[in-house]
Amino acid sequence: MQQSVTKKITTGELIGFVLLAAFAVFATFVSAKAWTPAYAFQTSIMAWTAAVCAFLVIRNYYNRPAQLPPREIDGKPNYYMSPVRFLTVASIVWGLIGMTVGLYIALELAYPHLNFVQYVNFGRLRPSHTNSVIFGFGGNILIGTSFYVVQRTSRARLAGYLAPWFVAIGYNLFLVLAISGYPLGITASKEYAEPEWYQKLLLTVVWVTYLVVFVGTLMRRAEPHIYVANWFYLSFILTIAVLHLFNSPTVPISLFSSKSYIVWSGVQDAMFEWWYGHNAVAFFLTVPFLAMMYYFVPKRANRPIYSYRLSIVHFWALIFIYIWAGPHHLIYTALPDWVQTLGMVFSIVLWMPSWGGMINGLMTLSGAWDKLRTDPVLRMMVVALAFYGMATFEGPVMAIKEVNALTHYTDWVIGHVHSGSLGWVAYISFGAIYCMVPWLWNRRELYSLKLVNWHFWISTMGIVLYISSMWVAGIMEGLMWRSYNKLGFLQYSFVDTVQAVHPLYVLRALGGAMFLTGVLIMVYNLWMTITVDELSLTQAGRPGAPALVPAE
Amino acid sequence: MSTNNTPHADHEVDSYTGVSTTGHSWDGIKELNNPLPRWWLWTFYITIVWAVGYCFAYPSIPLINGATTGFLGWHSRSAVVQSLTDLQKSRGALMQKLASTPLDQIEQQPELLAFARAAGAAAFANNCAPCHGAGGQGSPGYPNLNANRWLWGGKLDQIYQTILHGARSGDPKGHQGSMPDFGKAGILTPPQIEQVANYVRSLSGLKTEAGADLGAGAKIFADNCAPCHGKDAKGNIKIGSANLTTKVWLYGSSLKTIEAGVTNGHGGVMPYWGGRLDNTTIKALAVFVHTLGGGQ
Repeated sequence: MQQSVTKKITTGELIGFVLLAAFAVFATFVSAKAWTPAYAFQTSIMAWTAAVCAFLVIRNYYNRPAQLPPREIDGKPNYYMSPVRFLTVASIVWGLIGMTVGLYIALELAYPHLNFVQYVNFGRLRPSHTNSVIFGFGGNILIGTSFYVVQRTSRARLAGYLAPWFVAIGYNLFLVLAISGYPLGITASKEYAEPEWYQKLLLTVVWVTYLVVFVGTLMRRAEPHIYVANWFYLSFILTIAVLHLFNSPTVPISLFSSKSYIVWSGVQDAMFEWWYGHNAVAFFLTVPFLAMMYYFVPKRANRPIYSYRLSIVHFWALIFIYIWAGPHHLIYTALPDWVQTLGMVFSIVLWMPSWGGMINGLMTLSGAWDKLRTDPVLRMMVVALAFYGMATFEGPVMAIKEVNALTHYTDWVIGHVHSGSLGWVAYISFGAIYCMVPWLWNRRELYSLKLVNWHFWISTMGIVLYISSMWVAGIMEGLMWRSYNKLGFLQYSFVDTVQAVHPLYVLRALGGAMFLTGVLIMVYNLWMTITVDELSLTQAGRPGAPALVPAE
Repeated sequence: MSTNNTPHADHEVDSYTGVSTTGHSWDGIKELNNPLPRWWLWTFYITIVWAVGYCFAYPSIPLINGATTGFLGWHSRSAVVQSLTDLQKSRGALMQKLASTPLDQIEQQPELLAFARAAGAAAFANNCAPCHGAGGQGSPGYPNLNANRWLWGGKLDQIYQTILHGARSGDPKGHQGSMPDFGKAGILTPPQIEQVANYVRSLSGLKTEAGADLGAGAKIFADNCAPCHGKDAKGNIKIGSANLTTKVWLYGSSLKTIEAGVTNGHGGVMPYWGGRLDNTTIKALAVFVHTLGGGQ
């Protein structure tokens, strides 16, 4: 009885403080001896972050009540939503950064004079764009929604007290280091795996903690079965860990240098890179966003999932087949023919397992189609599924050798990626954010559904402009590159194709600007949702208790 | 778990569709017990059958030594060789004629000349235009090929040699001369460089600075520049020194540019194309450049 009032430091708090403080000292030491100013800058960011976090752990210990928050209050789960709120905000911030940089590099391609100093060269900014939108915007909202969904569908409080916060802050520190490193010239120069060795090590530690928190929460669940969304989240966490480990065995040239070299070489390195790269598309940009779909679409439509059996079959088919499709990125290269064949046929077989998710999502709306007229949030998620279906049909087609001969290295690939990333990934995330923000901040509803409507239409037109200009540009490039005159010589030079696509590059930048405008509207809407007092729930709701959002 | 979609007695039935649920509820989300869509399942099966068939037709299964070849016998490298052979065939007899005709006899045969120019134009657009411009008009540091001013000679065989071996290209047979850095090496002082730069401008009738001592400039020129550029400043194609008496300038004619050149020197690189392009293509390129407007 007496024990409940004496405050004791937990093992986690103690270990956390000691490790963070020790790391702060160590990183300061490395920073002082760093070979380059850029690396000194990066290691000092790590040192400062570790020191501030060590301080916060101790401050929190002195300020908190003697007992840690209970798992349940009055027999109901006491959900842990503060890390989710942080991750949601972080996602939006990285989205704004990444899309702004994306617009700038789109303009650079149309107007090369914008490459005026090495820090903003296309080659350095492009990974900043891809990493901010994929790992910053996408990654944060994936971790955020996974923490939200796993708690609510398991009826259990998130495992750990400091661990979820370590995941949230550690992951964002990783992003700051990686994305600020590229303009400074720190890069491993492998597409979507650009972070250097120390950044990769940090991600490894964060990711393992993420896995432990997620699985720990699943093991506490009060539901007899694990909900389908959680299968998808778990396969995402596990597979990304495996992919990351196999594509990252690099040897640093010194503790005091940011540079490292990978142990694989030649075509093996290329194969590992695209096995990783394609599965980043699969297990980062598809599988966990399907998890998001499996929670937020039925929740928003207030309808049951169309088919349990389809969810099982397409889940296992998807994860077994997706993992083999990577070689289609290396068709007509030094990769052995048999690997190219396998990459191609697995991509074709993948078509239906991918569509399984789309069917299950769309058919969930049967009985609720009328809501598309009145609820722009649901409409956004349905359009996301349509783009998902389109991109996962386009992908297998582009993996066919003969089609690949036309499309590879052209802007069609860029268009394909963006129909998936803008149309599917971003739209399903916007839908989830629009649903989740009022729930997380205890608001009755969104500030304005009219603004959601504006967001929807402006960005949809932006996407259409973006992908159709890239289709035209890509097919034109492919045809011009292979065109011969009647004497048997190349009809066009490469420079001719660059001139020819210029107007399409301008249109693409316009499409990107419209998409970004839509996001700015969303940010305003969410800001007002969180800050306007009239929207606050009057009844005493627990943090994270969902408000029923009327569909109009 | 139910394996068919007949309603279970103990499972809730969805009122809209009449399909039973699986009996679970997660945060209010239920699942219907619908079967797999028929068209979906059959399309999935068809893609699998197609994939297996394709694997028999093409190289697909790794073995201890190599992989299965597939019954079509397709191989990516032999496919490339085949398409290159087809390309050569499509170019017809003129291609063989171009290969076998000595360089100096191509321009006398109108049909062959037209063919060589077409071949040269395609090769020029993809290999030379990035530096020399799409029309061979050049840009600062990259010679204009239409102006009839040649650093290394404008005769057909001289152009051919320059393309084959390049200049300061790392090819030992390439042209080697370069402009020394008179300022950085401490041979000339800044005031002297200003004087000689004014003198150089006067050679082609350009305006000189008020009060510039052209006599002193001429003296400096004679002592330092004449050995390469010649006493008459008309240059020397054997060492690639520029003719300074014309209005054609490789780096620009402003006083500042000339001073910078004398201070830091020049040594632009023309790559060698021997070994990168086949000899017939290099011949075609030489003919194309020679007949572009400035050949001698």
